[in-house]
Amino acid sequence: MAEVLRLSQLRKSYLSGEEETEILHGIDLSLQSGEFAALIGPSGSGKSTLLNLIGLLDRPSSGELQISGSATSHLPEAAITRLRGQHIGFVFQQHLLIPAFTALENVMMPLLVERGRPDPQMRQRAAELLAAVGLSDRADYLAGKLSGGQQQRVAIARALAMRPALVLADEPTGNLDTQTADSIFSLLRRINQEDGTTFLIVTHDPRLAARCDRIIELVDGRITADRENHPA
Amino acid sequence: MPALSSWLPFEWIAATRFLREGRAQTLLIIVAVGVGVAVIVFMSALLSGLQGNLVKRTLSSQAHVVLLPTEEIARPQQDDAGAVIQRQAQRLRSIDQWQALRARLESLPEISAVSPVASGPAFAVRNEANKAISLYGIVPEHYIQVIDLHEKIVAGELRVNAGEAVIGIELARELGAGLGDKLRVNASNGATDTLTIVGLFDLGNKIANGRNVYVGLRSAQNLLDLIGGVSNIDLALRDMYAAETLAQRLAGETGLVADSWIKTNSQFFTALNSQRMSSNLIRFFIALSVAFGIASVLVVSVVQRAKEIGILRAMGTRQGQILRIFLLQGGIVGLLGSLLGSALALLCLTLWRLLATNPDGTPLFPIELPPALVLITAAGASLVGVIAALLPARRAARLDPVVAIRG
Ligand SMILES: Nc1ncnc2c1ncn2[C@@H]1O[C@H](COP(=O)(O)OP(=O)(O)O)[C@@H](O)[C@H]1O
Ligand SMILES: [Mg+2]
Repeated sequence: MAEVLRLSQLRKSYLSGEEETEILHGIDLSLQSGEFAALIGPSGSGKSTLLNLIGLLDRPSSGELQISGSATSHLPEAAITRLRGQHIGFVFQQHLLIPAFTALENVMMPLLVERGRPDPQMRQRAAELLAAVGLSDRADYLAGKLSGGQQQRVAIARALAMRPALVLADEPTGNLDTQTADSIFSLLRRINQEDGTTFLIVTHDPRLAARCDRIIELVDGRITADRENHPA
Repeated sequence: MPALSSWLPFEWIAATRFLREGRAQTLLIIVAVGVGVAVIVFMSALLSGLQGNLVKRTLSSQAHVVLLPTEEIARPQQDDAGAVIQRQAQRLRSIDQWQALRARLESLPEISAVSPVASGPAFAVRNEANKAISLYGIVPEHYIQVIDLHEKIVAGELRVNAGEAVIGIELARELGAGLGDKLRVNASNGATDTLTIVGLFDLGNKIANGRNVYVGLRSAQNLLDLIGGVSNIDLALRDMYAAETLAQRLAGETGLVADSWIKTNSQFFTALNSQRMSSNLIRFFIALSVAFGIASVLVVSVVQRAKEIGILRAMGTRQGQILRIFLLQGGIVGLLGSLLGSALALLCLTLWRLLATNPDGTPLFPIELPPALVLITAAGASLVGVIAALLPARRAARLDPVVAIRG
């Protein structure tokens, strides 16, 4: 099995006033292709910070981060951006679609950004993804006109557009009611099982964590537990 | 929502969508740009119409360049005994070899017409009246290429065969003479001639209308004691604003005095220039405030769209792409604003034509909206838009996606 992600002694500190506060204290972690892992922990323990580092949105203070075998610490901004676009998919708590575009166009966006101009293939791919998340009939709606659950489905479809090695989801169901949250979670699980996409999902809902294959617990910037789980 | 056009690059798609989404904001700033551009365009058209009209009036009785013989140096001469000899009454001097000079001038590409003239002072006498005049002996077919006298004829025609003269309406009034009447012309050397008035002109200038008398070249040569000679050569240029440069060159080459209309009217030119300068200043400040308007709207837009910019960056959008999306928005606002502004200016011009009229209903002076002015303004406004967008666009490109998404 290929290693999608490897973190070695990853540290992150912020400068607050005169003082430097370390948020993450030397994280070691590895994710294999096809894994479906939950990242849990109390609020303020550094989950989002860690996810942003893994997603190459932020740079670590020290340590090394490898994506699909390539080290990233020495890469310049432009290369980081390319790597991020091609290898990482994001799903955020606040779905963060671009409201000026339709659902279909939002799903196309990563491809459009990468290739520079729209083409029929990317339209086709986006339509397939929208169908996979059950939103074919909303393809031409402006993103802002969709319900919260629908927007999160579009965001998931968008995260998959580039066939990323790793999808990072930061409390993807945090803003949704229980029923919608369940169905979104089931959707992620199904995508993982059908195409083997690797997921790392931050959640504070133990019920949802229990449906993952692996549960990693972060407390005060340290991994305190990392265990396999067998969903019922 | 129309499907994404397949030929537009991503940056254009995003820029136009963002502008369209920001409806009220976009519309307001386009209108603001439009008003600024309208003022600039209208002012430019008005000014060039006004200045064109003034220049045309000034040139209605002046050649672009006039070549004259060098003036005799007014130095008292002394005889051997040391007594000061009274200077002779100055005789008009002819330009040496003017026929050859004329041929050479006609071959110069900068010069569009060459008109030899024999001119000098004389008196017009009719009944009791006696008036000082300037006598011009001309070859009409050449003269009208330099000064459009034929368009100034208000009665009779421009014809100067032997014994014929064309005079101004003011002189005609003062002498109580009309078409077909006789006029006696006395030159200072005693020569005299009787001429029939065959045409009256109005140069739009009271002094010229009361002084200038046009006769045939030969008649003037006889009267002014200039047999076979000319007192000056008038030139028309293809580019009238090159007159001073050419005049200096010709003076150097021929040893003659060369007066350009620019030098002759230097005060007028200073006035035109300061008028142009103050209008440039106004234009500059309007452009500046338009730029600030565009910039401030875009700054607000960058703040409002921080999250969207963050998510675009998260999905692999390069900083350069974000930069271009906002530069384009500035450029597009500038372009659309300038089109609106040109339309507004056209409206103002139409109103102006209707309202600012002479008593007879004709416009005060012709004023037009040249397509080149519209194009230049459109290009200028787009450029101003892009420049105004530089700062906000850089800010957008440098947004930290983590902060943007979290915030
Ligand atoms: N940009 C920042 N500057 C300073 N402190 C930060 C910054 N981002 C996060 N933190 C701090 O890091 C800690 C972890 O935050 P976060 O990763 O969001 O936790 P979690 O997602 O687990 O709730 C918090 O104490 C937070 O205040
Ligand atoms: Mg968090």
